[in-house]
Amino acid sequence: MDEALTFFLLTLASMARVATPLVLCAMGGLFAEKSGIVDIGLEGKMLMAAFFAAASAAVTGSAWAGVGAAILAAVALAVLHGLACITYRGNQVVSGVAINILAAGLTVVLGTAWFARGGQTPPLTGSQRLPSLFLPNAGDNILVYAALLSVPLTWWIVERTRFGLRLRAVGEMPFAVDAAGISVAWLRYRAMLICGLFAGLAGAYLSIGQNAGFSRDMTAGQGFIALAAIIFGKWRPLPTFGACLIFGLLDAMAIRLQGVRVPGLGEVPVQLILAMPYLLAVFLLAGFIGRAVAPKASGVPYVKEH
Amino acid sequence: MQALTPTAAAIELREIEKSFGTVHAVRGVSLRIEKGAITGIVGENGAGKSTLMSILYGLYRADAGEIRVDGRPVAMASSREALGHGIGMVHQHFMLVDTFTVLENLVLGAEGGPLLAGGLEAARAELARLAREYGLSVDPDARIADLSVGEQQRVEILKVLFRGARILILDEPSAVLTPQETDRLFGVLASLRERGVTVVLITHKLREIVAVTDHVCVMRRGRVVAERRTADTNVEELAELMVGRKVRLDLDKIPPRLGEVLLRAEHLSLVDGRGVRRLDDVGIELRAGEIVGIAGVSGNGQSELLQVLSGIRAPDGGRLTVCGRVIDADHPGDPAEMRDLGVAHVPEDRLRQGMVAAFEASETSILGYQGRAPFTSYYLLDGPAVVAHCADLMERYDVRPRLPTLGSSLFSGGNQQKLVLAREIARQPRVLLVGQPTRGVDIGAIEFIRRELVKARDAGCAVLVVSVELEEILSLSDRILVMFAGRIVGEVEPGETNEPALGLLMAGAAAA
Ligand SMILES: Nc1ncnc2c1ncn2[C@@H]1O[C@H](COP(=O)(O)OP(=O)(O)OP(=O)(O)O)[C@@H](O)[C@H]1O
Ligand SMILES: [Mg+2]
Repeated sequence: MDEALTFFLLTLASMARVATPLVLCAMGGLFAEKSGIVDIGLEGKMLMAAFFAAASAAVTGSAWAGVGAAILAAVALAVLHGLACITYRGNQVVSGVAINILAAGLTVVLGTAWFARGGQTPPLTGSQRLPSLFLPNAGDNILVYAALLSVPLTWWIVERTRFGLRLRAVGEMPFAVDAAGISVAWLRYRAMLICGLFAGLAGAYLSIGQNAGFSRDMTAGQGFIALAAIIFGKWRPLPTFGACLIFGLLDAMAIRLQGVRVPGLGEVPVQLILAMPYLLAVFLLAGFIGRAVAPKASGVPYVKEH
Repeated sequence: MQALTPTAAAIELREIEKSFGTVHAVRGVSLRIEKGAITGIVGENGAGKSTLMSILYGLYRADAGEIRVDGRPVAMASSREALGHGIGMVHQHFMLVDTFTVLENLVLGAEGGPLLAGGLEAARAELARLAREYGLSVDPDARIADLSVGEQQRVEILKVLFRGARILILDEPSAVLTPQETDRLFGVLASLRERGVTVVLITHKLREIVAVTDHVCVMRRGRVVAERRTADTNVEELAELMVGRKVRLDLDKIPPRLGEVLLRAEHLSLVDGRGVRRLDDVGIELRAGEIVGIAGVSGNGQSELLQVLSGIRAPDGGRLTVCGRVIDADHPGDPAEMRDLGVAHVPEDRLRQGMVAAFEASETSILGYQGRAPFTSYYLLDGPAVVAHCADLMERYDVRPRLPTLGSSLFSGGNQQKLVLAREIARQPRVLLVGQPTRGVDIGAIEFIRRELVKARDAGCAVLVVSVELEEILSLSDRILVMFAGRIVGEVEPGETNEPALGLLMAGAAAA
């Protein structure tokens, strides 16, 4: 009995750990998606942020410098992405993939050049990492709470503010926004900046909150899972948050169940559980769980004839 | 008519020029738009009407020329600036966010503060006031996607008024409206004028010009070729000014030479996704050599009928026999198969169903026939053959500009329609299904398209025409079927009826 309770609590704790970067990343992605930009590059932004967080925390000795650097790095990539697909009307998916490749390569190259540890940053200790706030050693650092707060905040911004209204409009019908005399490009850039901010926090959480340093490809597809969560949540903040929790739980269970034999089933294939988010997203998109309605102008660069 | 005494100009355009690449769309246009009056702009398809208005509204930038509002020159670099000068525009294609409510669309761009709540409430009050004052009522909380076309247009007008516009530009507002909705629109325009709003109205329907405008300006090939006071002109003169020759809309038709039945629909029924019965026990026989017109207020099943007859949707009940092939719920057809059987279809919604906006005109001109000779040989498209085919269609059907490589969406509305029609008629089909054949086309093209349809009939084609224009149905058809609430409620001979009688049938009154 006691064992079951411990198992439950530990699973819950690791769910929160896994879900935090997903939630932050998904809320960022939500802004991009709402504005009509499919952000395949979330993964790359988060990875770059994770690297710069760990690198500058290692160099300066301050976790806060790490968070700042993470945000700057992710925002820089977001601006680059925006330049490619807003200003130059490139393909959003292709430029997003390019961002991912760039981040995967650059983090390793810079890491090797600066720290000579095969792409890793030096292990971080003490003030180089984000401290737990309320529960000693539970890993409940400030970004966990930021992730929790980001959900109602995103909802409020999207549903209740002028910016949110315009954001939703530009993702559905950019022509209407243009005809109303509002700049489509500037709106989308702002969405990308916010997206970068959130992806930066997610990356910082990975390398200086959850872990004690950066290792290559440490995001391990979580940016894509965040995208899947957005689809799963039908582009709405609260359901997206729920999807992140479910995916976090699946992941936590995968870790917990590693090597565990379930009576009657044998050893649980961990890969199956890890693949669940993707499988669910595919099912949803195939229309099994109900229709997912993406913003209509999603993926289409806005071209105004002149 | 106080508006006819010369008053101050609300807008003055001077020597406006605009080119798109090699297309010289507007050539030195100078125009005065009187304050507090309704000015009509007419002209052929591609004459540059929409372009000129887009320049006035700041969507396009003129290459040269000057715009004066209330006597002062303005730059008009953006629609925000135009709105600032009190100019608002209702576009040919609506600029509404489908997923938003009426209220949200209304405040977009004029939210009245960084938070929505206050602005939305203020807008609700303002909306109620505008609705009262101009007779423009819509449910503020309805979603745009759930509104009829006429209601959506009302929202567009409300949007413009909400921003305090004193000058209202409408680009072909009645093209998509039923006659009833059109009447209502003109009532609104009249009450706008009464309150001092300046209205600019683009339309192809000359009768509307004569009925509601104070002044009219005629454009041809990028130039203003005439300006008249409406009281001093008439439909015939305007038509002649527009196309540069006399236009005759009355058709000399020989009596139909009826052949075999090519299309037979029996007890067709169709239920849509929401469970509403769209077609109810519809029976039609279409013979070679006749034109059958379907009259009805739009939304009474005509669109669905076309979709079923052309194989886009399968019927839920009943059966359809086309050139020997039987189609019913268990044996659905598809558009490609129907085309192989010799059925051509000009869809009502040319932008979405008739073409791919991103394709070049030449590609649009073979859409649906791309797999056939001479366009394809050994699985490869023959580019030059396609372009030559398109150039030939453009020549025969007077599609302007004659540029097969121009993007389909860059043609003016009427020219897109001509291109799609040309594609379907040119194949000399056995059965021709046409939805709204002359929607958005100029009067010269109306004359031409109607003649082509009669020619096809005389050559033995079975033609079915769906149109909301009664006058069109009456002049084209050999037989008229009236649809109401998904049923065929009456069949009349065009010689034995007139517009009022048809109107009564369309409104659902029992067949005489
Ligand atoms: N963005 C563009 N690029 C290239 N050509 C264009 C563009 N927009 C319009 N044109 C061309 O400019 C000309 C004028 O077009 P415009 O849409 O103003 O015509 P219109 O008078 O409104 O015709 P209609 O009655 O058919 O709507 C046409 O020949 C059209 O093909
Ligand atoms: Mg036009």
